[in-house]
Amino acid sequence: MTETEEFTLNVGPVHPSTHGVLRFVLRMDGETIKDTEMVLGQLHRGLEKIAESRSYLQFVPYTDRLDYISGMTNNYAYTKAVEDLAGITVPRRGEYLRVLVMELGRIVNHMLFTGTLFLDLAASTPIMYCFRDRHNILELFESLSGARITFNYIRPGGVRGDIPEGFIDKTRALLKELPSRIDEYAELLNDNEIIKMRLKGIGMLNPKDAINYGVTGPMLRGSGVSHDIRKDDPYSVYDELDFKVCTRSECDTYARYIIRMDEMRESLHIAEQALDAIERLQGPVSTSYFPRIFKPARGESYSRIEAPKGELGFYIVSDGSEHPYRVKIRSPSFCNLMALPQMVKGLKISDLVAVFGIVDICLGDVDR
Amino acid sequence: MTQTIYDNIVYLLSLVGISFGDSIVPKIIIVLLIAVLLLVGVALMVMFFTWMERKVLGHVQVRRGPMITGPHGLLQPIVDGIKLLTKEDITPKRADKWLYFIAPLIVFVPSILVFIPMPFGQGAIVSDLPVGILYIMAISAISPVGILVAGWASDNKYALLGSLRAVAQDISYEIPMVLTVIGVVLITGSLSMQDIVLAQGEKTWFVFLQPLGFIIFLIAAIAEMSRIPFDLHESESEFVAGFFTEYSGMKFAFFFLAEYAHLFGISAIMATLYFGGWQGPLIPGIPVVIMSIGWFTIKVLAIVFFTIWLRGTVPRVRVDQILSIGWKVMIPLALLNLFITGLLVAGGVL
Repeated sequence: MTETEEFTLNVGPVHPSTHGVLRFVLRMDGETIKDTEMVLGQLHRGLEKIAESRSYLQFVPYTDRLDYISGMTNNYAYTKAVEDLAGITVPRRGEYLRVLVMELGRIVNHMLFTGTLFLDLAASTPIMYCFRDRHNILELFESLSGARITFNYIRPGGVRGDIPEGFIDKTRALLKELPSRIDEYAELLNDNEIIKMRLKGIGMLNPKDAINYGVTGPMLRGSGVSHDIRKDDPYSVYDELDFKVCTRSECDTYARYIIRMDEMRESLHIAEQALDAIERLQGPVSTSYFPRIFKPARGESYSRIEAPKGELGFYIVSDGSEHPYRVKIRSPSFCNLMALPQMVKGLKISDLVAVFGIVDICLGDVDR
Repeated sequence: MTQTIYDNIVYLLSLVGISFGDSIVPKIIIVLLIAVLLLVGVALMVMFFTWMERKVLGHVQVRRGPMITGPHGLLQPIVDGIKLLTKEDITPKRADKWLYFIAPLIVFVPSILVFIPMPFGQGAIVSDLPVGILYIMAISAISPVGILVAGWASDNKYALLGSLRAVAQDISYEIPMVLTVIGVVLITGSLSMQDIVLAQGEKTWFVFLQPLGFIIFLIAAIAEMSRIPFDLHESESEFVAGFFTEYSGMKFAFFFLAEYAHLFGISAIMATLYFGGWQGPLIPGIPVVIMSIGWFTIKVLAIVFFTIWLRGTVPRVRVDQILSIGWKVMIPLALLNLFITGLLVAGGVL
């Protein structure tokens, strides 16, 4: 084989398939990737530092801007840390409502994931289908919180408002409709020979490396590790709900894609149970009063939840004042992204796009 | 003897009493007129294709496509054209100015020239070259040179890699394409496009006589048209826009035109080689020329529709997979097809 001269290829920060402002510096041998260096920080907004000068309640809207695709789970992860710190318990109806919106948020995230993944593979149809259905869920969110992306809905003490009139019926109709929509995606995509050619056998990450890199979420489950915080360390009311953890052992990108498809169905199942509970239960959705300025006792708390992209953790240290002393965010996108250079080593540049799509990051979550 | 557009024009002029013995000037005027006619015809077709692509793709994707400009967005291509013409034409500082300028032309001109021996209808052919199909294959093999020049002259790594991909793909798929065309030529016994059409009138459409050849030709044609799933030319998710990353304004418009003219050209070749060209049932009362052009247009549009449909359904194949399909599957199959056809023709079956 002839040797070709290696060269450096810069991809990003403004590039069609970096999903934001991520920059790759690739060492290439022809079309083959020898080495990947990632340059992060283009979207760094210093959210952790900002938190130190905001009151506990004021920081909730900032969490929407972390992983701006699934704002609900971010709200909840932060809220849970604050509630643990202050020792607040939330009415059960409120918890079920939180679970409902979080699981719908997971579906939204996975729909966007499916759409953008295949858009990167140059199939422009899936994203249109996904956006059509994502829109319907966002309408529900809008009726709850008034916003479609930045909800600021889940807050310490419960949620910001009770469900509006007709919400149950609308949600139930949507939950009935969505399985057929997911089947539609599966029919279009899952058995497509070209998609199998593109996704199978690339982006391998064995379970040991995945754990060592701190990879979580569907990425880890695609490596055959059955790890889901909703099951392993249940929070909210997940221990009362029936669902299974979707795992596949192929370790390649196709497995990770199929897991997302399965998770959408599981999330629908959870959402149905949560909706039933909301209808059944009586009472408020939040504690009667949550002070605007509140001063938790000295101490610290760490909350971790299963966000759509993986483990999302908030570590909050309180010094007894109205501001947190320190907030540390453990974001799933950042940790999952770190495994990318190993996953794409020796692959073609077209595979970089596919593997990067499968990691499913949000730059707001990577750079914070 | 097949008539050409030139013959028809001379005939029409003689009907109204105009004739010109041996003087050369009117002949040149008529030839120029035909050239303009061809260019305008292809440009109109290309415009229609861009509109059709957006509409069909829109409906595949549960949306409507362009709706604002004109009825159902029919004027959208014109608006797009004006936009492209009025855009700033940027030449990168480090680009090779001359090569950068000439590359769109090297790509564009052959994509129009392939229409010269194309039988659009009975008596609607610019020139019935005796080596028609060979000429078409030869001319369309020029455009990869332009792509390579464009990629090189841009002085951009994306453009260079994109152009290398595009050229690798074009070359690998030209071989099976030409090999399958030889099958058709063997049956017809002539390289002339008009003869190929007439032979299908006598026998049957070659898609039935050459099913394997047709499938190979179809796949190769999609690759040659650089359509998804074989659109390495653009590869927008990796190389931004492939070889024309740096191009803007009018020069970009030329690439764009060439791409769709290529789509038209290869669809037309496919219709001619495998679907009987302009032949089809005639309706009494309508002139044969118009009917035959109508049939030809319908067949071309059906093929274009198929490629758009394909674009709405499947993603792109990876570069090494495209090349290995080309060399390891398509070429052996094309040779097999040629072998079988040769045996059948020699045995007098076809």
